[in-house]
Amino acid sequence: MIFLFYTAAIVALIATIAVIISTNVVHALVYLIISLLSVAVIFFALGAPFAAMLEAIVYAGAIMVLFLFVMMMLNLGQTTQDEEKEWMQPRLWIGPVTLVALLLVQMTNVLLTQDVDLRPIEVGVLEISVLLFGPWLLAVELASMLLLAGLVAAYHLAKK
Amino acid sequence: MRFEVGSALSIGAILFTVIIVAAMLIWVERRLLGLWQERLGPNRVGPFGLLQVVADMIKIFTKEDWVPPFADKFSFILAPPIIMVVILLSFSVIPFAPGVGVIDSDIGVLFVLAMASLGAYSVMLGGLSSNNKYALLGSLRAAAQMVSYEVFMGISLLGVVALAGSFNLREIVLAQSDGWFIIPQFVGFVIFLIAGIAESHRLPFDIPEAEQEIVAGYHTEYSGMKFGMFFVGEYLGVVLVSSLLVVLFFGGWLGPGFFPPIVWFVLKTAFFIALFILLRAAIPRPRYDQLMNYGWLFLLPLSLLNLVLTGAYILWQEGI
Amino acid sequence: MLRLIKDTLGSQCVTLWRVFMHAFAKTDTVEYPDVQPQMAARWRGRIILSRDPDGEERCVACNLCAVACPVDCIALQKAEDEEGRWYPEFFRINFSRCIMCGFCEEACPTNAIQLTPDFEMAEYVRQDMVWEKEDLLINGTGKYHDYNFYRIAGKKIAGKDKGEARNEDAPVNLRSLLP
Repeated sequence: MIFLFYTAAIVALIATIAVIISTNVVHALVYLIISLLSVAVIFFALGAPFAAMLEAIVYAGAIMVLFLFVMMMLNLGQTTQDEEKEWMQPRLWIGPVTLVALLLVQMTNVLLTQDVDLRPIEVGVLEISVLLFGPWLLAVELASMLLLAGLVAAYHLAKK
Repeated sequence: MRFEVGSALSIGAILFTVIIVAAMLIWVERRLLGLWQERLGPNRVGPFGLLQVVADMIKIFTKEDWVPPFADKFSFILAPPIIMVVILLSFSVIPFAPGVGVIDSDIGVLFVLAMASLGAYSVMLGGLSSNNKYALLGSLRAAAQMVSYEVFMGISLLGVVALAGSFNLREIVLAQSDGWFIIPQFVGFVIFLIAGIAESHRLPFDIPEAEQEIVAGYHTEYSGMKFGMFFVGEYLGVVLVSSLLVVLFFGGWLGPGFFPPIVWFVLKTAFFIALFILLRAAIPRPRYDQLMNYGWLFLLPLSLLNLVLTGAYILWQEGI
Repeated sequence: MLRLIKDTLGSQCVTLWRVFMHAFAKTDTVEYPDVQPQMAARWRGRIILSRDPDGEERCVACNLCAVACPVDCIALQKAEDEEGRWYPEFFRINFSRCIMCGFCEEACPTNAIQLTPDFEMAEYVRQDMVWEKEDLLINGTGKYHDYNFYRIAGKKIAGKDKGEARNEDAPVNLRSLLP
C-alpha cells in the first residue's frame, strides 16, 4: 500500500506539472484526468475506496468530460497554442509559485512539528452512509435541494 | 495453482475467454443478423464460417495503420486503447461463478460505473484529435449521450443495491438466491438495459457513429488495429453489459441445477448478447434530440421514482 | 401514461417479436457459385446478335441501336453484299460501358440485337470487355423463332424479287391501263 501511495503521488505530481506547462489544451486536460485518477488511487491506498470511486466517477468521469465537451466547441487551433507559449514567461508565474511555496513551507512545518496520525483507516461505504444520513442529514438535504434547484434552472434555460 | 478468485489461472482464463468471445461476436452477430433478415451471413471460411473471425483479424492486423497528418498524434494514438483497457478492467469485478473472478471488491458496482464514465474519453479524444468534422460531430454526440445515460444507469442500479444492501457484485448475486431481482426491479432492469445500450453505443442508440448521417462518427479517420480496438471494444462492451444484466437482475450463476454455475452464467449472458443483436436487427435509430429528451424527461423521473418506491418497500418490509 | 408505455415499449416489443420470428423463415439467399440461380427469361444480361431462320444475319446495320444507346457503347459500320442485303461490316459492343438497359433491343427493327439471361461476363482486362461481331453473333434465332426480316420487307434481294415477300401484293405495273 505504501508503494502504491508513493507511485500514485509521483504520477499525480508529474501529471499536474504537465497540466500547467503543456500548451495544447486537450493534452493538458488528459494530464488533468490522469492527475485526478492518481488522486483516486491515493484515496484508495489511504483506505477510502468509496471516496476513490466517487473521485473517479464525478471528477474524472463527469466534470472532465464536460471540460472536454466545451473544448470541442471552442475550435482552438495553433494561435491559442502560440498564445499559451507566450504566457509561459517567468515574470508571469513567479508570483503564484512564491505563494504556493509559502503554503508548502507551512504544510511541511505542520507535518514535521505536530504529531499527526497518518495511518490509513478503512472507511467503507456503510460508515460513510451512516455519517451522511445520521448527524449530517441536514447538510445532505440542503445540498440536494441546491442541486435540484440547479437542475430545474438548467432545464428552464435549455427550454427557452 | 488453484482455481479461485484472484489466482493467476483465473485471471488468465477470464482475460483470454473474454477477448476470444468478443472477437467471436463479430461472426456471431453477422450470422444472427443474417438469420433474422432471411440471409445466410458469412458461411464460406471454415465450418459454418467460423474462421471468418481469423480472416477478419488477419485483415485488420495487416492493414496500413495510418495516422492522418492533420491529426493530433498524442490523443489520436491514446484514444483506442482507453476503451479496451477500461472495459477489460470492468470485467475484473464481475463474479462469473463461485471461485471464478479477478477481485472480490466491496465497491464493485461503483467501479463499473467509474470505468463506464472513463470510457467516454476514448470516444471523445478519438473524435476530437481526428480533426475531421464528422468525427467531431460523432464525438460531440457521444459525449452528450454517454454522460446523460450514465446518470440513469447509476440510478437504476441503486434499487438493486438497496435490495441487496451491498455494492459487492458477488453479494448481490448471493442476495438473489431466493428470487431474482428482475421481479421487484423490473423497471430498473428496463432502464438499465436501455442505458446499457446507450453506453456501449450499440444500435439502436449508435448515434455517435450513425453511418447514414456522419460517415463513421468518431472513428472515421481510424484504420488498421486502432480501428480494430474500437471495434472489439464495442463487442467487449456488449459482453460487459450483458454479464452485468445477468449479475444484477438475473441471479448471476444461480440456476435450477442441471449444470455447473459457470454454464448458467454463460447461458444467461449469451441470451442477452443475442437480445442485443436482435435489437440491432429490429429497431430503427431515434433522432438525436429524441434520445436526449427520452432520457432526461422520461427515464430520469422514472428511475428516481423506482428508487423511491424501492426504498419505501424496504422500509415497509423492515416494519418501520 | 398507459398510452405512452404502450406506444414506446409495447410497439418495440412487437417489432422485436416479429423480427425474431423471421428466424424460422426460409432464407432468400442463393449460394451462387454452388447453386446456379434461376434467371427470368427476359432478364437483361449479355447482348447477342441473332440470325434469321435461314441462318443469315438479322442485323441490317440501321444504326438505330447505336442511336438509342444512352452510354454510346455500340459501334457499327454498314456494308452491302452483292445480293443487296445490308449487313454490319463490324459490330462492337463495349460491355465495360453497357448498362444493360435494353433500349437497343427495343429500338431494333429486325429483332437482331437481343439481351439474354447470362450475366457471368467478368474479365480481368478491361480491353477484353469489348466484344466484336464474331463474339456477339449466335447460331440461332434468339427469342423470336419465325421472324425473318427480308421475307417480310419489300426490299429486293437475290432469290426474292419485288412482290414476293409474305403478305405483299405484286408490284403495280405502271405501264398498263388495266386495273
